[in-house]
Amino acid sequence: MATPKTRASSFSRNVPSTAAPQVPGVKSGPNGTLFLSSGISDLDKILGGGFPLGSLVVVMEDPEAPHHMLLLRNFMSQGLVLNQPLLYASPAKDPRGFLGTLPSPVSSKDDKPLNRDSEQEKGLRIAWQYKKYFGENQQNSNSQRDNKFEFCNEFDLRKPLQRQFLSGQRVECMSTQDSPDLAALHDRCATFLKQFFRTDGNISGAGRIAIQSFCAPQCTYFDKEWHVLSFIRSLRSMIRSSNAVVILSFPPSLLSPSFSKRLQHMADTLLSVRAIPDEDKDLAKLLTGYQDMIGLLSVHKVARINTQVPIILEAATFSIKLQKRKFLVLECLNQAPVDGSSGTSYATSGSCSVSSKGGSLDF
Amino acid sequence: MDNLLDRALGLDGRGDRWPLLGKVVLVEDCVETGGAFVVHHIIKRFLSPQPAAASNHSLILVAFSQPLSHYDRVLRKLGCNLVAQRDHDRFLFFDMLNLRFPDRDDVKTGSSVLVSLFEKIYNAVRALSAEKNCITIVIDDIALMEVVANGSSDSVLDFLHYCRTLTSEFDCSVVALNHGDIYSTTEKPMLMLNLEYLSNILVRAEPLATGSAVDVHGQLMVFNKGEHDGQGTPGSKVHNFHFRVKENSVDFFYPGGRG
Repeated sequence: MATPKTRASSFSRNVPSTAAPQVPGVKSGPNGTLFLSSGISDLDKILGGGFPLGSLVVVMEDPEAPHHMLLLRNFMSQGLVLNQPLLYASPAKDPRGFLGTLPSPVSSKDDKPLNRDSEQEKGLRIAWQYKKYFGENQQNSNSQRDNKFEFCNEFDLRKPLQRQFLSGQRVECMSTQDSPDLAALHDRCATFLKQFFRTDGNISGAGRIAIQSFCAPQCTYFDKEWHVLSFIRSLRSMIRSSNAVVILSFPPSLLSPSFSKRLQHMADTLLSVRAIPDEDKDLAKLLTGYQDMIGLLSVHKVARINTQVPIILEAATFSIKLQKRKFLVLECLNQAPVDGSSGTSYATSGSCSVSSKGGSLDF
Repeated sequence: MDNLLDRALGLDGRGDRWPLLGKVVLVEDCVETGGAFVVHHIIKRFLSPQPAAASNHSLILVAFSQPLSHYDRVLRKLGCNLVAQRDHDRFLFFDMLNLRFPDRDDVKTGSSVLVSLFEKIYNAVRALSAEKNCITIVIDDIALMEVVANGSSDSVLDFLHYCRTLTSEFDCSVVALNHGDIYSTTEKPMLMLNLEYLSNILVRAEPLATGSAVDVHGQLMVFNKGEHDGQGTPGSKVHNFHFRVKENSVDFFYPGGRG
């Protein structure tokens, strides 16, 4: 019987990587996992490093808002900028058109998003202001700032990605609208993933697959639930033995609840995006910075590869904001000061993402 | 070292005999609170029993969900070396991950996969029990088995009934993981109801009513149908307690008993 390796603590998530990874854009994580960046530095931090290689990321769409596209775009751009091949599938007739909307990375001479660490240090610490997002990570983030460029970029959503990144064999596109079933997509994914088959040696490269609006009603396979689940199961198995990450978005409101739950269980990392109603006076009173928010992102599940310990987040719902109208940032929800004592604290109940207590203000 | 889960499952006895012989244990979980750690715990207890004399325990793991590398790493941290056990023929890993994606909706292929899987299990169990081994079959997980069977819950139920026959014929234990929340919206979830009826011990992992917390990961409800209370009167008992999952172990405690 092997003796367990002694660990200083079970909270070893933020240990900086000791050995430099062989491949740019891949960072080592705990329990022998490797991470790819999501393309959104805030999201990488929330998830404890990024998306683990070999995992399936599922994004639950909101039919009232296209915010899942923001996640997909950053994910795709990040891969292309780091020379990681991409396979993109969508129900559009011509998926290549979407590539024109991918954001461009910010180059060093352009202005970068404000360094929020310095912003918080100066000035008054207002008593009701919520727990600092960065907290104990401040020390790490400064030292890693130089290395960050090779893993995660900041993207300017107003500038399209330069043509040089889109050319060549790096991008494959596929439309899922007209296929009678998922066999063609399955074969495409299988061929793509063959180049990233995981071996015990050093990895040579990583790949990304982005599948948008999976099971959209205009797809012919839309009502073949078991066929769809079979595809996801097979894709998940293939990705487990590959040095790649699959991100897949689907609209849960258009599918049966049990089918949606099955998909949610198959995901390693489960996110959902939601629209924020315009001019909602209640929300405006409740949250600071409401005007700048374009949507909400909830983290329902974080990948647990090679470990049984769940990653419990202090807060599971974040606001999606555009900083300076070009950088995508995620922020903790801050509760505005309320007269008198309020019963429940809405920001902490953000983690009860599936709390049965109804109400439109429950996050 | 016993804990609340061991006590609820009946694993806290001092006897040499594995207490779950001939029993079916069903572990149910949901998206918010995963129950895989319960299965890992039972695997660990089974393969690393307290008295070293019980060295005839063999485990068959039917894995639809994760590759061997995942279980190996997880169990290693819990103090159990699966690869070494496999080398000594005490651990059999049936990798169900790489089943072919069907070309068409073919219910027949799905059920034939389960039929051949059962044959494989039966042969393995027969071979192992010829050497007087104590066998546990672990299935991770049933929801994925349904997908493999293309939604035919009849095939899945048949498969599980056949596994049940192994418990009486060879005194095996069967431990299966399923996701309860998938069936919560179905009016008559036949598979779920049948599974709960079939099982001798039901373990349900749920989130806390107050949501997620860093130091309490959820609550467990253990329903042990055959448990005897102190006086020896047969009856069933329900246990409720909270848990926190760590790399090397899991803490179980009564609500408020943390710290």
